[in-house]
Amino acid sequence: MNNERARWDERSRRIKRKWLDWLEALPVFLLMTGLALLWAVPFLWILSTSLKDPKEVSAHIATWFTLHPTVANFLEAWNSAPFVRYYYNTLVVVLGIMLIQFVTTTLAAYAFARLNFRGKPFFFTLFLLQMMLPAPVLIFPNYNTIKMLGLVDTKLAIILPYVASAFGTFFLRQAFRSIPQDLEDAALIDGCNLWQRLWYIYVPLARPFYVTFGLVAVIFHWNEFLWPLIVTNTPNSRVLTVGLASFTQYSEGAPQLAVIAAGTLIVIAPLLLTFVLFQRTFIESFVRSGVKG
Amino acid sequence: MPSLIFLTLFTYYPGLLSLYLSFFALNTANPEKKFVGLANYQRLWHDEIFWQVMRNNLVFALVTIPVSLALALSIAMFVNRKFRLNSLYRVVFFHPTFIPLIAAAALWLFIFVPQYGLLDQYLTRFFKINAIDWLGDPRYALPSVMMLTIWKNAGYFMIFFLAGLQNISTELFEAAAIEGANSWQRFRYIIWPLLSPTTLFVLITAFIGSFQWVDQVWMLTEGGPDNHTNVLLYYIYQNSFRYYDSGYSAVLTVVLLAILLALSLVSFRVLEERVYYEQ
Repeated sequence: MNNERARWDERSRRIKRKWLDWLEALPVFLLMTGLALLWAVPFLWILSTSLKDPKEVSAHIATWFTLHPTVANFLEAWNSAPFVRYYYNTLVVVLGIMLIQFVTTTLAAYAFARLNFRGKPFFFTLFLLQMMLPAPVLIFPNYNTIKMLGLVDTKLAIILPYVASAFGTFFLRQAFRSIPQDLEDAALIDGCNLWQRLWYIYVPLARPFYVTFGLVAVIFHWNEFLWPLIVTNTPNSRVLTVGLASFTQYSEGAPQLAVIAAGTLIVIAPLLLTFVLFQRTFIESFVRSGVKG
Repeated sequence: MPSLIFLTLFTYYPGLLSLYLSFFALNTANPEKKFVGLANYQRLWHDEIFWQVMRNNLVFALVTIPVSLALALSIAMFVNRKFRLNSLYRVVFFHPTFIPLIAAAALWLFIFVPQYGLLDQYLTRFFKINAIDWLGDPRYALPSVMMLTIWKNAGYFMIFFLAGLQNISTELFEAAAIEGANSWQRFRYIIWPLLSPTTLFVLITAFIGSFQWVDQVWMLTEGGPDNHTNVLLYYIYQNSFRYYDSGYSAVLTVVLLAILLALSLVSFRVLEERVYYEQ
């Protein structure tokens, strides 16, 4: 009897405590919900605009829902710019950078993590310096270099400044250092050459680091705008961001707004959708790069 | 070391090239390179637009960075709790990272556009305020661009804080709970000091980054009205690719590099500690 009573008390105390916690958290919760709504507005608004009849957009009332949703804007946007070409170019550029950086960062990270060579601290500082001087800042001199090489308006021109990545090198170096030297020594005794050791020991063991760095880099290069804008001047080599910019520039006025909205969505949808589907992986990867980077 | 060759070609060489070209006149009026000594620097000193651009950069950084960081930290602390909808909040705050800055600018165009934009429509409806030309009015143009930048960056910075928070051992919070610490004390004596390396790191990253965020300027205002939203990198872009004034672009690039180098000297120790602490 007594026992039961105590259990009851305990339970009601716990419930009360829970409610109190909840009450304490409520203002924060409401504030954050408001903030989140604010954050979602730009995307929701453009989504709503893109589905409207162009005539509705120019009406002076902001409506969030339309009674006559239409895909006409998407069709018009799709037909008025070579989006397939832009997608293809973006993919080539981003994958190209990934592939090249995979090789260069692996080698450089190995050198900094395991080799002893003359001037190592000096070169290490040079690499650090590069992290401070991001490529977009050097648009003017880099453009001169590209012009000198005769590569203006090629996809290679977009890729070249990113062949090496100081951030990736540091990041991987940290990973490589945590791999036991014994493993490599054992492989050495078995007669593995440098490439085999890298490919069979370092690369697989550092895999999560590659995934993280890869994701961060894909986002960065997918979103890059100013540099591709400068070195490309025909749709043949333009990437999505540049394509979107030229797409939005040529049209003004309210009726065109709906089409621009649709075009913008065509450009951002794939990456955004991928993020929402794999949000856990993405956020964990970014968090990891934040810890180590 | 192929990495080093390319770093040289696209980081160190361009830096030196800019320094070299900055002593020459090379523009549409002088198609041949002509040595002019420090004349370009003198011009810079007397260039009112340059000073305005520098001021804009400073205001831009001093407003957007603290606001984004404060928001990022609060959001991180919020979504770090375990509750059912927590991943929804994370997605909402983090999604701008996956939208290219140029597309984000396009998104916000629909909010800022005079009359038809969301902002104007609501202001007219609820407050009977006349339509404001957000991007065309010198008073509102820079704040508008800053608003978009904060929206874009807060979620990204949130990730760094989230990483920092997850590194704080839960035992500390349990101990604090036993001692009866309230939430402000928890923040003041545990979270804030333990996150300060993260804060410093994000601050530096953001400051260096703030010199690169020009896509939205290109899209929304083109530096206007009357250079009220012009920033240094965009001014370089204008001089080299609109006015074809290579000598002057070189000077501007040198200035930008000097600023970043000075910044990096200040922050070198911080970063070095982060990089070396595992050795």
